[in-house]
Amino acid sequence: MKAEQQYIDLFTQYEAMICQHSAEALNAPRAKAFADFEALGFPTRKQERYRYTEVSKYFAPDYGLNLNRLQIPVNPYEVFKCDVPNMSTSLYFVVNDAFDKHDHPTAQLPKGVIFGSLKEVAETHPELVKKYYGKLADTSKDGVVAFNTMFAQDGVLMYIPKNMVLEKPIQLVNILRADVNFLVNRRILIIVESGAQARLLICDHAMDDVNFLSTQVIEAYVGENAVFDLYELEETHNSTVRFSKLYVNQEAGSNVLLNGMTLHNGTTCNSADVTLAGPGAEVNLCGMAIADKNEQVDNSTFIDHKASDCTSNELFKYVLDDQAVGAFAGKVLVREGAQRTSSQQTNRNICATREARMYTQPQLEIYADDVKCSHGATVGQLDEGALFYMQQRGISLKEARLLLMFAFVNEVIDHIRMDALKDRLHLLVEKRFRGELNKCQGCAICK
Amino acid sequence: MQLEPNKYVKELTQEKYKYGFTTDVHTDIIEKGLNEDVVRLISEKKGEPEWLLDFRLKAYRYWLTLEMPTWAHLTIPEIDYQAISYYADPTKKKEGPKSMDEVDPELIKTFNKLGIPLEEQMALSGMAVDAVMDSVSVKTTFKETLMEKGIIFCSISEAVREHPDLVKKYLGSVVGYRDNFFAALNSAVFSDGSFVYIPKGVRCPMELSTYFRINAANTGQFERTLIIADDDSYVSYLEGCTAPMRDENQLHAAIVEIVVLDRAEVKYSTVQNWYPGDAEGKGGVYNFVTKRGNCKGVDSKLSWTQVETGSAITWKYPSCILTGDNAVAEFYSVAVTNNYQQADTGTKMIHLGKNTRSTIVSKGISAGKSQNSYRGLVRVAERAENARNYSQCDSLLLGSQCGAHTFPYMDIHNETAVVEHEATTSKISEDQLFYCNQRGINTEDAIGLIVNGYAKEVINKLPMEFAVEAQKLLSISLEGSVG
Repeated sequence: MKAEQQYIDLFTQYEAMICQHSAEALNAPRAKAFADFEALGFPTRKQERYRYTEVSKYFAPDYGLNLNRLQIPVNPYEVFKCDVPNMSTSLYFVVNDAFDKHDHPTAQLPKGVIFGSLKEVAETHPELVKKYYGKLADTSKDGVVAFNTMFAQDGVLMYIPKNMVLEKPIQLVNILRADVNFLVNRRILIIVESGAQARLLICDHAMDDVNFLSTQVIEAYVGENAVFDLYELEETHNSTVRFSKLYVNQEAGSNVLLNGMTLHNGTTCNSADVTLAGPGAEVNLCGMAIADKNEQVDNSTFIDHKASDCTSNELFKYVLDDQAVGAFAGKVLVREGAQRTSSQQTNRNICATREARMYTQPQLEIYADDVKCSHGATVGQLDEGALFYMQQRGISLKEARLLLMFAFVNEVIDHIRMDALKDRLHLLVEKRFRGELNKCQGCAICK
Repeated sequence: MQLEPNKYVKELTQEKYKYGFTTDVHTDIIEKGLNEDVVRLISEKKGEPEWLLDFRLKAYRYWLTLEMPTWAHLTIPEIDYQAISYYADPTKKKEGPKSMDEVDPELIKTFNKLGIPLEEQMALSGMAVDAVMDSVSVKTTFKETLMEKGIIFCSISEAVREHPDLVKKYLGSVVGYRDNFFAALNSAVFSDGSFVYIPKGVRCPMELSTYFRINAANTGQFERTLIIADDDSYVSYLEGCTAPMRDENQLHAAIVEIVVLDRAEVKYSTVQNWYPGDAEGKGGVYNFVTKRGNCKGVDSKLSWTQVETGSAITWKYPSCILTGDNAVAEFYSVAVTNNYQQADTGTKMIHLGKNTRSTIVSKGISAGKSQNSYRGLVRVAERAENARNYSQCDSLLLGSQCGAHTFPYMDIHNETAVVEHEATTSKISEDQLFYCNQRGINTEDAIGLIVNGYAKEVINKLPMEFAVEAQKLLSISLEGSVG
C-alpha cells in the first residue's frame, strides 16, 4: 500500500481545497471514491484487466498536482498548429486537466449544444451533471476510477440535445504542459440524446519533456437511435503514462464507433467498457498501436451484450518494434436472453524484433444460444513472399517493409468515418513508420 | 437399420449412468482427515523409502500454506479436506495380489461390469490394462509380454520398489509439488497410479490402458501416472474413468506426468466418464487434475486427446512443454456438459525449443444449465525461434440456459513466432436441422448426427476401441437435452 499512502495522505490533507476549486456535483461522489480507493488500492496484476500493466509502479514517484487550479500560462493557439488540413472542426483545448477558456473563434455550435468546462456546466446545469456524473464509472470496481473520481476537479462536458445533428466534428486537444513531473486527472462526460448525431476527436499531446502521468475517465451516454463517433489519438512522448477508462452506455438502435490510435507514447493503458443496453444497438471498436523503443500499449475492452439483436465488431492491430510491449485483452459477454447477438473480434499483431512482446487474450462468455460470435487473434511477421515479390520488382527491402506495415494498419484507419482525418492519419502513420514524426513542420508540440 | 444405433442409445439412457453401481469389496479405508500422521501412514502402508516420505511431507507442508485458487470460471462448493479419507485399498491384503486367483472375485466382477476385459478377453483385444480402483492399482495384465521388450508397465508403488532410480529421477520433474494447490495435495497423499517406461528404440506393441474407478464412499482418488518414453520409442496410452452414483461429491485430484525424450512419441487419450451428478446437479465427481508432458528431447512428439463427458466439475489443462528443438505437441479435446455440469478445461503450450509446433483443437458442447469454458495459454519464450501454433476452439450451444466461454491467452516473446487463434460460438443451425427433418430424421437424431460430425475431428484421433465408446458417450450425455 506504499504507493497508495501518499495519495491517501494528500487527499485527507487537501480535501477542502480540492472541493473548493471544483463544483458540488463533482464533489458529491468524492467521499465514496476515497473510501473505495482506501479499500481497493491500485489494481494489481492479479486482476485480469491489469495483468500486463503494473499500476502502482507508475503512481509511486512524486508528481506535482495543480489542486489550487492555478492558471497555466500557455496560449494553445501559439503552440498548436498540428491541425488536420481540410477538416473543419470546432476546436477546443484542455490544458492538463483544465478546460481552456480562451476565445474559440472556430467554435460555433448550434443552440442547445453544450460543450465546455465540466466544472462550469456543473454550476450552471447542476441537474444535468448530477444525473450522469459517476453513474457508469463505478468507483467500487476499479482503483484507478476511484482515484480519478477523488481528485478530478474539471474536465469537459459534451451535451447534444435530442435529434440534433452536428455536421462539424468537435476536436478536443489535450495538452500536457508543466515544468515539473506532473499528475493530471481529467474527466469527460458525454451525453448524446436520442436521435442526435455527433463526432468527437480527442488528441493527446505533451509539450514538455518532464514526466507526465494522466488519468482520464470518460463516461458516454448514447440515447436511442443516436450516432456517436469517438476518435482518440495519442501522440505524446516516452515519459508519459496514460490511464484511460472509457465507459459507454448504448440505448436501443444506437450506433457508436470508438477508435483509439496510439502513435507515440510512453506507457498507455486504455480500457473501454461498452454496455449494449437496448436492442439493435451496434458498436464498432477499433484500435491501432505503433510502438517502438520501450513503449508499452495495453488495451482492454469489455462489451456487455445485455439486449437482443445487438452487434459488436472489434478490430485491433499492433506493430511492435524494438523492446515495445503490446497487450490486448478483449472480453465479450453475451447475457442470458441477448438472443440474435452478433459479435466479432479480431486482433492482429506484428512483432518486428526479438525483444518486442505481445500478449493477447480474447475472451468470450456466452449465456445465450442464438448467437454468432467469433474471435481471432494472430501474432506473426511480415509475409516473406510479399517482401520477396516487391524486391523482385525493384523496391528496396526497407521500403517494402514499410509498405506492408502501412497496409497492415490501414485497415483500422479505414474504419474512420471522416475523410479528412483519414488522409491526415495516413500521412501521420507513414511518417511514424519512417521515424519522421518528430520532423513535423511548423509545430511546436510534436517534437 | 438406420435407427438401430439410437435404439441402443435409448436403452443406455434409460439406465441413466450405467456405471453407477457400487461394489461390495472389502476395502481398507483409513480415518477421514488430513495431517502429517496421515501422510506418514499412507507412506508406511505402502512401505515406501525415506526419500518418498520426505517428498510427501514437503508437499504437504507446502500445501498447508496454499489457498484453493478461485480464478476458474466455476462455482465450486467449499470442499472440506478433513471430511475425505485419503486412502482406500480395495485389495485389503497387506501384500498385493500375486495371481488372478487372489484378487477378490467381487472386484473382477466389477471390472467385468465396466467392460474391462481383465483376463482372457484381454488377449483378444490386445490391450494391456492397469486397473486402478480407489487409487490402488489392482491388477496389471500382459506384464510379462511387455517385459520381454523391456517395457515397464506397473503400478507406481511397484515401480518405487523395483525401479527406484527411474521414479526418483522423474517423479515431480514435470509437475513439481509446488505447481499448484491440487498438485501439492496429490504429491502429499497420492496412493497409487500407473508407471510406464518405454526403453530406447522400442515401439510399444499394444495400447497401454488404465481404468480408474472410485468405489468407496467419502474417499478421494489421488493417483499419479508417470510415463517415460526414452529415445526413439513410441507408446499409445489410454485412460478411462468411472465412479458410482453417490449423493455426495467425490474429489479426484490426479497428476499425470509424461517425459518424452529424443525422437520419442507419446499419445495419451482419455475418455473421462466420472459420475456427473443427477439431473438436479446433486452429487458427482470433482475432477481437478494436473496433466503435463515435457517434450524434452529433440523431435519429440506428444499428443493429448480427451473426450470429457462426465464429472460434476472438470478443471484441468493437459499441457505440453516443448523443450526440445523441433518438438511437436497436439491437443484435441471434446468437452460435453449437460444439466448442471461445469467444465473449465483447455491446454497450455509452452514453446521453449526452436522450430517447435503445437496444434490445439477444442470443441465444447454445452446443454441444459451447464457452463463450459475453454481456457488456454500459448507462450513463446525468447529463444523459441520459429515457433508455430494454431488454435481453434469452437463451442456449440444446445439450449438457452447454458453457457459457453473461451479464455485464450497468448504471450509471445519472440518475433519469429506465428501464432493463430480462432474461436466461434453458435448453435446448431436451423437450416441443418430442417434439412435433416425433411429427409425423415427426427430432431433428436439430427442433433446427434450434427454433434457427432462436429466432434469427429477429435474423435478420429482416438484409438479405435475408444472412438466407438466416445461416440456412444456423446450421444448419451446429450440425450434429453433437446426440446
